[in-house]
Amino acid sequence: MSKPVLSARNLTKRFGGLVAVMDVSLDLFKGKVHGVIGTNGAGKSTLTNLLSGDLPPTTGSIFYKGMELFDLPQHRVSRLGIGRSYQKTNIFPAFTVFENVRLAAQALHQRPFQFWKRAGSFADVNQITERAIHAVGLSDKRKIQAFAMSHGEQRQLEIAMCIAGEPEVLLLDEPLAGMGHSEAERMIDLISRLKNDHAIMLIEHDMDAVFSVSDYLTVMVNGQVLESGTPERIRTSDKVQQAYLGYGEDSHV
Amino acid sequence: MEINSILIQLLNGIQYGLLLFLVAAGLTLVFGIMGVINLAHGSFYMIGAYLAWSLAELAGSFWVGIAIGIVLTIILGMVLEVVFFKHLYRRDHLYQVLMTYGLILIFEDLRSVLWGNDIHGVVIPELLNSSIQLTENLTYPMYRFFVSAVCIAIAIGLYLTIQRTRLGMIIRAGATNSEMTQVLGVNIKLIHAVVFSIGVSLAAIAGMVASPISSAYPNMGTQVLITCFVIVVIGGIGSVWGALAGALLIGLADTFGNVFAPEYSGLSVFILMSIILIWRPEGLFKRSYK
Amino acid sequence: MNFKITTRNLLVAVLLLMLCALPLFAEKFYVQLFSKILIMGIFAMSLDLLVGYVGLVSLGHAAFFGLAGYCAALLSPQYEAGNFFVSFSAAISICILFALLTGVLALRTKSFYFIMVTLAFAQMIFFIFHDTKIGGGGDGIYIYQKPLLAISGITLLELENFKTFYWFTFGWLIAIYAFLRILLQSHYGHALGGIKVNEHRMRALGYPVFWYKLSAYVIAGSIGGIAGYFNAIQFGFVNPENISWHTSANVLMMVILGGMGSLHGAVFGASVFILLQELISNESMLGSFASHWSLMMGFFIVAVSLFLPNGLTGLFSRGSKK
Repeated sequence: MSKPVLSARNLTKRFGGLVAVMDVSLDLFKGKVHGVIGTNGAGKSTLTNLLSGDLPPTTGSIFYKGMELFDLPQHRVSRLGIGRSYQKTNIFPAFTVFENVRLAAQALHQRPFQFWKRAGSFADVNQITERAIHAVGLSDKRKIQAFAMSHGEQRQLEIAMCIAGEPEVLLLDEPLAGMGHSEAERMIDLISRLKNDHAIMLIEHDMDAVFSVSDYLTVMVNGQVLESGTPERIRTSDKVQQAYLGYGEDSHV
Repeated sequence: MEINSILIQLLNGIQYGLLLFLVAAGLTLVFGIMGVINLAHGSFYMIGAYLAWSLAELAGSFWVGIAIGIVLTIILGMVLEVVFFKHLYRRDHLYQVLMTYGLILIFEDLRSVLWGNDIHGVVIPELLNSSIQLTENLTYPMYRFFVSAVCIAIAIGLYLTIQRTRLGMIIRAGATNSEMTQVLGVNIKLIHAVVFSIGVSLAAIAGMVASPISSAYPNMGTQVLITCFVIVVIGGIGSVWGALAGALLIGLADTFGNVFAPEYSGLSVFILMSIILIWRPEGLFKRSYK
Repeated sequence: MNFKITTRNLLVAVLLLMLCALPLFAEKFYVQLFSKILIMGIFAMSLDLLVGYVGLVSLGHAAFFGLAGYCAALLSPQYEAGNFFVSFSAAISICILFALLTGVLALRTKSFYFIMVTLAFAQMIFFIFHDTKIGGGGDGIYIYQKPLLAISGITLLELENFKTFYWFTFGWLIAIYAFLRILLQSHYGHALGGIKVNEHRMRALGYPVFWYKLSAYVIAGSIGGIAGYFNAIQFGFVNPENISWHTSANVLMMVILGGMGSLHGAVFGASVFILLQELISNESMLGSFASHWSLMMGFFIVAVSLFLPNGLTGLFSRGSKK
């Protein structure tokens, strides 16, 4: 097996007395989707925040291509190649789709000493922007202001901004949240296309979706890893059945 | 510097710090509960000093003057809240800053109409016009002790109000979630008006009791306000106890700064603020009720 | 860029031409009044960069204005004209230095803290000049002769001439306007816009937000300094009032009046504010009531902040939509 792009070792995050994430280790590989499931408050979003550099871990280490990320500010983590989407749509509402994505694309090519050139005049950045918009299927909406789009489209925009930073790792925090059925299907389709070029961590509540798209799964309960393995193994795990899937989701599994 | 004068300066610093606390407490309460930055807060300090001077002359007694003054400032607080401040609660800080700056201009002009532009000394009341023998060759003015005692009494009263009373409970709840308190059937509008007028009268009381020491003079609120901003930055905005700690620190820093480098004494306060900003940008105490 | 001939562009062109020709037909008083407006326009644009484009509300912008002014005064010898290039670059360097020092500290905080901390730092400078003998204390100092703009003995511009001075500041205003316009249309400017809306997301996208803010703060500070420098040499006098929070609040008011986030709006706001100030303190028009100009100004400011949050331009655009 190839080397992981991103790996976390024994991550723990405490907020005062509360332990949000405890001793979690996981690996993300290029071409694979690593699903993370768990009940609300299981620590999935905190885990994302740790991996993306939004929060520093209390203990434990994160390695990107073998290099330890130690105390790096979030923008440096992002520029290394770890992109993330947010659970709550987190876009720039007054900007157009194109401007939103370009802002993400130009983060990689910040040229503070070319301040006399108009933002729209960099061919490389425009090209990356167009590609990302095309990838999520928003090409015909590129001149629309983000707030005027549907919730599902805003989620797609969120992903476009994520990939415009040309990351190798994608941390997707509930990309399907609040989506209609057909929108969700399109998003799953998009994720399975994106996995060719990216190592993806997918946090999701929609069990059907996670099981269909993931190559590997981690189940979290109370901040800890309960079980991890292939979807097949998780499906048949007694521990998971009891602790998590037993709550009424079992009919799907 | 000999030990005696250090002791005197220490007492002066604490007294000044306690006085600043009264002003800063109102500033931080109003911010913590209504989310309003009030630049005009220093004007209430000035209004207090002028009220003490004019009412004491009118009534012929410092005490009667202060009593009437407190009632007047509570009414003033209520009126200002209803007419001006309640429109600011959900507004951007930018507009709060501007509107309250406009109020300062209005207050200063009305002050010059009502009381003129002269400096007015306020006579120390007979009862307190004496000195206390601390040691064999060290005396300290009785009135300054009185000021400290008043401030400590008010601080204790404030503590009991916030921690023990129903009003305090609502204030604490209101600070966290004003919609929730509304659901609970509390008249949040009334609470806002009450809290605001408490803030106004605290600043005015500080101005009144300080007036025999500092006199009443135009624009006297500005320096107090800016010092209180520094206190609030140091203490952590919204935290009353942070304000107390910040006020004492600033009171001492300013007093001793004045002794060691009189020309640059204004700077000591800002140097202290810079150190706190490097060390703890959110202040010594984060909001106590959040 | 291609310019279309529209009524708006035509109006702008006519306005610019008239401003340019002003010294040819106007009396000295009005030329000097408009020089002041141009200077305050530069000052307001510099603050608008922070408030309107980055979302940083500073209540201490006068610090730069005053620092540069004092620098101009202190570097002007008493009996001869100083060297423009020396005192100007010294003034701007001081402003950059002050912006770096205070920016590093103030930008560790946000929103209301930032307001208070910027005010506090400006007040610190105020106290330095007010309480010490460096700049004549509370009385301020005079600049007896405007600096000489000369290269190897050849005078380029006679700044003592009020008309030349007007054109000189007019040129600076245009240059600064163009510079900021270009800056704001660049990647850098768009990134500032993103930071204004959602700083956290910008960080997640890979932007070193702190450095963007600091650089904007330094740019705003140095342009504020340019305004302060010209203000000092126009009036030949600086005093602590230049640094006071009244100056900071006034320039904030100009920005609001013109509508935040609009450079020409800031200039417009500055002109309205200065003209209003002239009007309400004019004794020949208002008689003794003029001594209460601060009362009128106070009510005006309260009214604008309550009823005109988008400034006068907001009033026009709202009116035209109806």
